[in-house]
Amino acid sequence: MTTLAEYLKERRDQEWRAELRKKLKGKERTNIPRVKMPEVDPNERVKFQNVEVNLGLSIEQAQREASRCMDCVNPTCIEGCPVQINIPEFVKNIERGEYGQAASNLKLTSALPAVCGRVCPQEKQCEEQCFYTLKLKKEPVAIGYLERFAADWERESGSVSVPECATKNGIKVAAIGSGPSSLSFAGDMIKLGYDVTVFEALHEIGGVLKYGIPEFRLPNATVDEELENLKQMGVKFETNFIVGRTASFDDLEKEGYKGFFVGSGAGLPRFMNIPGENYNGILSSNEYLTRVNLMGAADDKFDTPVLRGKNVAVIGGGNTAMDSVRTAKRLGAERSIIVYRRSRVEMPARVEEVKHAEEEGIEFMNLANPVEYFADENGRVNRMRVQYMELGEPDASGRRRPVPIEGSEKDIDVDLVIVAVGVSPNPLIPACLPDLKVSRWGTIEVGDNMQSSIPVIFAGGDIVRGGATVILAMGDGRNAAQSMHEYLSK
Amino acid sequence: MNRIVEKEFFSENVVKLVVEAPKIAKARKPGNFIILRVSKEGERIPLTIASADEDKGTITLIAQKVGVSTEKLAKMEVGDSLHDLVGPLGKATEIHKVGTILACGGGVGVAPLLPIVEGYKKAGNRVISVLAARSKDLIILEDEIRKWSDEVIVMTDDGSYGKKGLVTQGAEEIINREKIDECIAIGPAIMMKFTALLTKKYNIPTQASLNSIMVDGTGMCGACRVTVGGKTKFTCVDGPEFDAHQIDFDEMLMRLGGYSEEEKKAYEEFMNRLNLQA
Repeated sequence: MTTLAEYLKERRDQEWRAELRKKLKGKERTNIPRVKMPEVDPNERVKFQNVEVNLGLSIEQAQREASRCMDCVNPTCIEGCPVQINIPEFVKNIERGEYGQAASNLKLTSALPAVCGRVCPQEKQCEEQCFYTLKLKKEPVAIGYLERFAADWERESGSVSVPECATKNGIKVAAIGSGPSSLSFAGDMIKLGYDVTVFEALHEIGGVLKYGIPEFRLPNATVDEELENLKQMGVKFETNFIVGRTASFDDLEKEGYKGFFVGSGAGLPRFMNIPGENYNGILSSNEYLTRVNLMGAADDKFDTPVLRGKNVAVIGGGNTAMDSVRTAKRLGAERSIIVYRRSRVEMPARVEEVKHAEEEGIEFMNLANPVEYFADENGRVNRMRVQYMELGEPDASGRRRPVPIEGSEKDIDVDLVIVAVGVSPNPLIPACLPDLKVSRWGTIEVGDNMQSSIPVIFAGGDIVRGGATVILAMGDGRNAAQSMHEYLSK
Repeated sequence: MNRIVEKEFFSENVVKLVVEAPKIAKARKPGNFIILRVSKEGERIPLTIASADEDKGTITLIAQKVGVSTEKLAKMEVGDSLHDLVGPLGKATEIHKVGTILACGGGVGVAPLLPIVEGYKKAGNRVISVLAARSKDLIILEDEIRKWSDEVIVMTDDGSYGKKGLVTQGAEEIINREKIDECIAIGPAIMMKFTALLTKKYNIPTQASLNSIMVDGTGMCGACRVTVGGKTKFTCVDGPEFDAHQIDFDEMLMRLGGYSEEEKKAYEEFMNRLNLQA
């Protein structure tokens, strides 16, 4: 077996890549400024829930950006990628104009390149490990934009390549949940020749990509096209099916399933348990986003309602908080406010999301935390009491701990509050498997190989991590696929 | 595909649908519910499973027309298929032999009560059921409840059938007559609230099954949260049944009205459109 390093060297030594490296001098490459992503004007885009903010790079922009890449001997960027995409290879394919090749490179290890190119926190992953960031102290190659470019180009070209799959081995495996970890698992297992079925509890495939992330950041059509790819490869999908409920694990084993991957996500929204939190008009970001994204509630054609507010407060500083506050703006809020207990520096949301939110007129009330809600005679929230905070010593997460300032309470008028302070693991699967080892937080315990205490059950994504990113979930899915393959090959 | 194989109107606003769902028919237990969608644009509607026929692979659902979505559901005909159906959801009722059970059902709440009554009877309990509704035509599933009850008392607000009075009057009469070990109450929130107050007075352990607003029904949205014993619980995954003496019914009643303006507006628009078409 060749190691990853040997494989990468072999690919780098291909004649075309050696030729391409000679085309420009190092200085010529590093002197090119990083490309700017073309965006829809903020005043225009806030009028629509489903208009994507980022427009994507043109061919010229993509090629020029790709030529910034130094095609390093030791491509550190790959170390920053949880699914180990061969980044220099796909970038260099863009530089030489082989966009379809670039897309194939991506699909070798990523089941969802058009998704990752849009929602991955590249600045904390591949781009953070880019030669430009590490050594030149310059802006990194826009790997995320290029990933999106290659995936979009292929889709729009109409000739989508289907990755090669091994000969069918006839072994049935199940993926539970249809979010990023399961889809990544399914993509790898189908390539290895397994008979893969993905079971989803909701009526739509995609998990958080569909119910959580709004269309202005990730269009549902883009997700559907990536799913189509998996279907072409032979992955089967069953919606409206709750494993453990609709049929038990035993039932599925009797039907011939030999391995299970649980990627059921961190479904359960957290609340803060403060007085008045159950008033009407105070809801989880999961509920708010699900109504809008999955149920189409912002569109009159759909029956599901959504509450609209004039003064909307969103509690939290993560991507979900940004998604919620920007959705509220698009649904007509006059004031959409982020209320976050730490400062801008500690905010876990992606830099790009915060930037987009600011451009769209989102207000940021940082170092503030709600302590109580008040309501009108019908029980609808109308006021929120916040307490101001200052930053103390760093806590376990390494971020400075927010400390309440006594006597700093202030009331603000709100008629809609969206709580986006995190999620807990979905209890449905652990509840129906008494032998499954779970942590005291309810996450499934797995070894490095993603195998649970029940050998045929592997798990990954938020049900293991408790709340992470799309790409880490995808990395888990890949890892689990490899381990399950080894386990079933014994 | 979940085809409708039988349909019957119990009254103008209450409809029974028998739907093909072999896996759910096999897996469901008393207390479980399902979520369905009528169409691609439809809401996710939670409904308790009234009964199931494992051999035929069907489940029986009972719905009351209260808004756009239930109106659309009631318009579906035999042979039509539901767009989506998922379940069984929620925790099953914990059924043991405890002695004498008082089962109180109000309006369409009798539908979820039926499998529980059946379960308690089969577990060897003495079961006394009190069915209540505004008037005679709103009393449903009386024969089915009778089949699994030692005694059935019917109460109507207007006295058009059975005895005149509220469910609590019927229940209190029984409580005064003989020893009741446990009570289960299912119906409108206000009916469950007063039943719980009554049984608390007599110290009878009581369960109530809640019909909170939900979206996904799998613990994801938190729309169905309810305060039980001072703690926030999710009806969909922690319930739907809870200790009735611990439920904050006033908060629950308030939360049921959380979308009433939106729902009312949508219903008016929907009915206007129907009238225009007619």
